Amino acid sequence: MKKLKPAAYALLPLAVAMAQPAVAQDTKELKIGVASEATSIDPHFHNVGQNNALRRHIFESLITTDANQKLLPALAESWKAIDDTTWEIKLRPNVKFSNGEPFTARDYIYTMCRVPLVENSPSSFTVFTRGIESIEAPDPLTVRVKTTSPQPLFPNNMTTLGILSASVFGAGDVKYGKDGCENMGTPPKSADFNDPAKAIGTGPYKLKEYTRGTHIILEANEDYWGEKPIWQRVVMRPITSAGPRVAALLAGDVDMIENPPIQDFDKIKGAGFTIVEGLSNRIIYIHLDQFEDKTPGVKGTDKNPFKDKRVREALSKAINRDAIVERIMGGVAKPAGELLPYPLFGTSKDAKPVAYDPEGAKKLLAEAGYPNGFELTLGTPNDRYINDEKVAQAVAQMFTRVGVKTNVDAMTASTFFTRRNKHEFSAYLAGWGADSGEMSNSLNALVVTPNKETGGGHTNRGRYSNKEVDALVQEAQRTIDDAKREELLQKASKIAMEDHALLPLHFEVTPWAFKKTLTYTPRIDQYTLATEVKLAQ
Amino acid sequence: MLVYVIRRLGQAALVLAVMATLVFIAVYAVGDPVAILASPQADQQEMEAITRRLGLDRPLYEQYALFVWNALHGDLGRSFVYNEPALTLILNRLPATLELALTALLISIFVGIPLGLYAGLKPQSLGGHSIMAGSILGFSLPNFWQGLMLVLLFSVMLGWFPAGGRGTTRDLFGVPVSFLTLDGLAHLILPALNLALYKMALVIRLTRAGTREVMLQDYIRFARAKGLSQTRVIGVHVLKNILIPVVTVLGLELGSMIAFAVVTETVFAYPGIGKLLIDSIGRLDRPVIVAYLMLTVVMFVIINLVVDLIYAAIDPRVRLEEAKA
Repeated sequence: MKKLKPAAYALLPLAVAMAQPAVAQDTKELKIGVASEATSIDPHFHNVGQNNALRRHIFESLITTDANQKLLPALAESWKAIDDTTWEIKLRPNVKFSNGEPFTARDYIYTMCRVPLVENSPSSFTVFTRGIESIEAPDPLTVRVKTTSPQPLFPNNMTTLGILSASVFGAGDVKYGKDGCENMGTPPKSADFNDPAKAIGTGPYKLKEYTRGTHIILEANEDYWGEKPIWQRVVMRPITSAGPRVAALLAGDVDMIENPPIQDFDKIKGAGFTIVEGLSNRIIYIHLDQFEDKTPGVKGTDKNPFKDKRVREALSKAINRDAIVERIMGGVAKPAGELLPYPLFGTSKDAKPVAYDPEGAKKLLAEAGYPNGFELTLGTPNDRYINDEKVAQAVAQMFTRVGVKTNVDAMTASTFFTRRNKHEFSAYLAGWGADSGEMSNSLNALVVTPNKETGGGHTNRGRYSNKEVDALVQEAQRTIDDAKREELLQKASKIAMEDHALLPLHFEVTPWAFKKTLTYTPRIDQYTLATEVKLAQ
Repeated sequence: MLVYVIRRLGQAALVLAVMATLVFIAVYAVGDPVAILASPQADQQEMEAITRRLGLDRPLYEQYALFVWNALHGDLGRSFVYNEPALTLILNRLPATLELALTALLISIFVGIPLGLYAGLKPQSLGGHSIMAGSILGFSLPNFWQGLMLVLLFSVMLGWFPAGGRGTTRDLFGVPVSFLTLDGLAHLILPALNLALYKMALVIRLTRAGTREVMLQDYIRFARAKGLSQTRVIGVHVLKNILIPVVTVLGLELGSMIAFAVVTETVFAYPGIGKLLIDSIGRLDRPVIVAYLMLTVVMFVIINLVVDLIYAAIDPRVRLEEAKA
């Protein structure tokens, strides 16, 4: 993909004449209709997708990820583990912040110190900094980070933390301390960043204007150290409802939108726009209560049937994943046999979705002592994932067909997650996006035995527990060597899947729609990055 | 008179207190904001830390007592999502909604009254019938569907107006308003029309009914007999007498347009307070929801009070003391 060179302008009239309705796109301005608005410009205020995507334009991190979540150097040139608990990072020389200040180790230390100081964060980034024991800077372009325990995911963690300029808020020679840093000046409040003069990063774009609910305007950073941004100006308009978002694209108000609804694909394509789809790191799954002896959503039996592996297997076999993908997701999804799509780190090529086999399911249920099945209530959100309630309805029908009479209890996300976290569902449909793009994240969240101390199994609301899986994941979390770690994770994943710890349904596919004159490479992390929107050739 | 006003204000305070309490408890009962705010990646420790930071770990009565204490000091709490005072968030968005509601009001008056007058004067004509049929559509078609059709027709197919959002703003007495710029007006026209359609239908019907009634009155005949021109009869004698109910209804409808433009603001992605309310409900941002509804109550109380006072001023037969019953 090349930028349009001045010489190419000579050819433009010809190109326009050939592609009749398409008007030549200049590179002055790119307008994007985003599905959710960043809640703050502060890169450390709210750890949530839309904020992290916006952050990448303004505040770069040491390490970044490509469209397939592979690590790439950004402000760090290289990084390596010196021993199990020490990482050495070489910083990129000759990088300047958008206010002209040079980027050095001081800014990195300042950033690590500032993350825990954010006030009233609704979802903090401290998970990524709390394992840091000490940070030293032998020279201005080298940092050595000691962690409290071996942290193989340290480089992944660094991809989420945008680097601030220490001088903007008057910091001196910052010294890192686990329980508080020295010479921090006046650490900024989150609202301070709404002012473009304070939102200083090294990124390809600078904040120009932020009007909450209306738009965020970014301006190209002319002195950016890397490849120069294509767009002079980027306008991000929050259009949270899908219908109006599509209308804005069709009417030409915006050049590109996030998440066009599947039902509108034909209309959008028919109007001469391009849609790209990419597999995401989000799996849609059904979790089953495997903890209580008497589970609230099951009727017709005194026991909790899901403690029996045969029942879980039967339910998995009862699901026709291809049919769900084809008929409900309009082909825009992929049946899942594991918690992450191949070839992400820790996945196996041979992890196939459980085959549809209703007869086998009935047989297994009979063996387990439920020849007449039982009654089940399946909880689901109805406004969180793509077609979530419809998928749950389809699954309920499939369960009912093998004898497990299933009702769907659908509700809005805020109510659903509250009730789920209180373990009110015996079976629920939900989704999980592995932010780090590797298997330890998914396993640790969804199938490891819940444990408050280690943070394991925090979203394992079915409370599945298997010592073997726990041990393997724990070991992987301590193993710095990539090959060894991947092997451990593959093994853990295989055991959990064979044990039907949960029922994987499908991986969501993220769509983007835009003008014919543009291209965009779909990203596994579902981010919309203006830097990756290019001109079509 | 003074006693009446004081009593009304006392009642208003009571309504405000009851409403705030109900909403506070209702939102608490709906769900746990942390469950929706926290990053899914947050582990148990992190979830607890967030709950503590937002003060949600305390028992409900403590949270409520704190809320009341702060509210009495003029602080309605900080938004969970934005960490900014809830009132500031709402006031920042208020100009957009006021602008929208007032434009809609103007459209419904300046289109509705002439059409209603025409339909009332010539009820049997083709025009009169068409206007009445049209007003039925304005009444009966759902608001969001009208909005979508407006977008489809004027933005997607004809490309005359943008499909949504707010246009360029310019400061007027320190308040950013968009009706002073061409771009702003272009953005304003469709949502305002959408919001006005229902009120317009209402005005047409009220005006028509009033006109037909007034036309049969003796003083109209008398005016005609005196030889006054048609323009004067309609412009002065008819219009003055039919305006009273229209103004009353519109005054109250203005309140509901400001407070509940939610549907229009959603369809047009218009950054007003209705959109803020919907987004806040979706994220269980309790301080914003409570502050918004309290503000709404205050607004309605004031509008009602003003309407009552105006009544008393206009019509000597109305005595404020009688409102006791």
